Amino acid sequence: MAADSRCVWLYAVTDETAAPPDGELTGVGADPVRPLRAAGLAALIGDVDKREFGEAALRRNLEDLDWLEQTARAHHAVIEAVGTRCPVVPMRLATVYHSDASVLTMLQDRAADLRDVLSRLAARREWGVKAFAAVPDPGPNPGPDPGPDPEPPGPPGDREDPASRPGTAYLQRRRARLTTRTNAREEAMAGAQAVHAELSRLAVSTRLYPPQAPGLAGQAAPMVLNAAYLVADARADEFAAMVNDLTGRHRSVRLGLTGPWPAYSFAGAADTSGERR
Amino acid sequence: MTELSPAIGDQRIALVDLLDRVLAGGVVISGEVTLSIAEVDLVTVSLRALVTSVSALMENHDDR
Repeated sequence: MAADSRCVWLYAVTDETAAPPDGELTGVGADPVRPLRAAGLAALIGDVDKREFGEAALRRNLEDLDWLEQTARAHHAVIEAVGTRCPVVPMRLATVYHSDASVLTMLQDRAADLRDVLSRLAARREWGVKAFAAVPDPGPNPGPDPGPDPEPPGPPGDREDPASRPGTAYLQRRRARLTTRTNAREEAMAGAQAVHAELSRLAVSTRLYPPQAPGLAGQAAPMVLNAAYLVADARADEFAAMVNDLTGRHRSVRLGLTGPWPAYSFAGAADTSGERR
Repeated sequence: MTELSPAIGDQRIALVDLLDRVLAGGVVISGEVTLSIAEVDLVTVSLRALVTSVSALMENHDDR
């Protein structure tokens, strides 16, 4: 590729001794990944075509879900392949440089910070936990029209009971349904808080993401927790067992566990608040 | 679009989780990134793409 038609995609930074050899991995745009070494670190980079990954092209392509999915998966595959072997500092998707020289400058300028992150992430991986409100049985749908009261008519003395009038009974059933739903949501929020508190005790650090929109997560139920936990490898089994245990103890939520992930959520210096040593 | 529908069950779920991480996580190196992509609100971009796509898939599904 001619120098003026390429730019440099940055996947991650590792210790220079841990970097995979040139061309062992393939990344975005099906281009090979190579290490660029400086200051005891290695930047894992790929030469990509400006027509697809240059600034204008990126702005356009990021709006294309198929392109975004392919690119995100390719970016992740490289980071995952390296991250299972050694500590890795993942870069945000679409971190692109004009040239090797600008990547080298970045490595030298930020070497101390990057080393700090690498040592903080050593022997630790990220786990994701999502909680959805468990939807209780809302009872029979009251339907669009107040039909006749399904209850058998009571003795004449009960005629004053508003529930015996079809319209009122309809409204009451409707209100009961709404109340059930609201209560379930509130219980789920409380359940999610309790789950998060328990899981945080096993984590080195935590990060909360905004809940994913219903439908996006493949679930109709509202998501009440979307959290990431940085967990020591030695405690990974304990963490998974705790998720299992919490599933049994908190009936108001349904839990989903993902991971282990490369520590995307804990790579930034700004994400260290709440860190437990 | 039809061939994408079965993927919603598993692969789409993973994509949402992956996008949470690669777009909102990872180290952001601003200033030094000569292509200034860090200025783009990637999270908004991705969610807009994702919401549009998923609702389109669901409409297709309902029409069947």
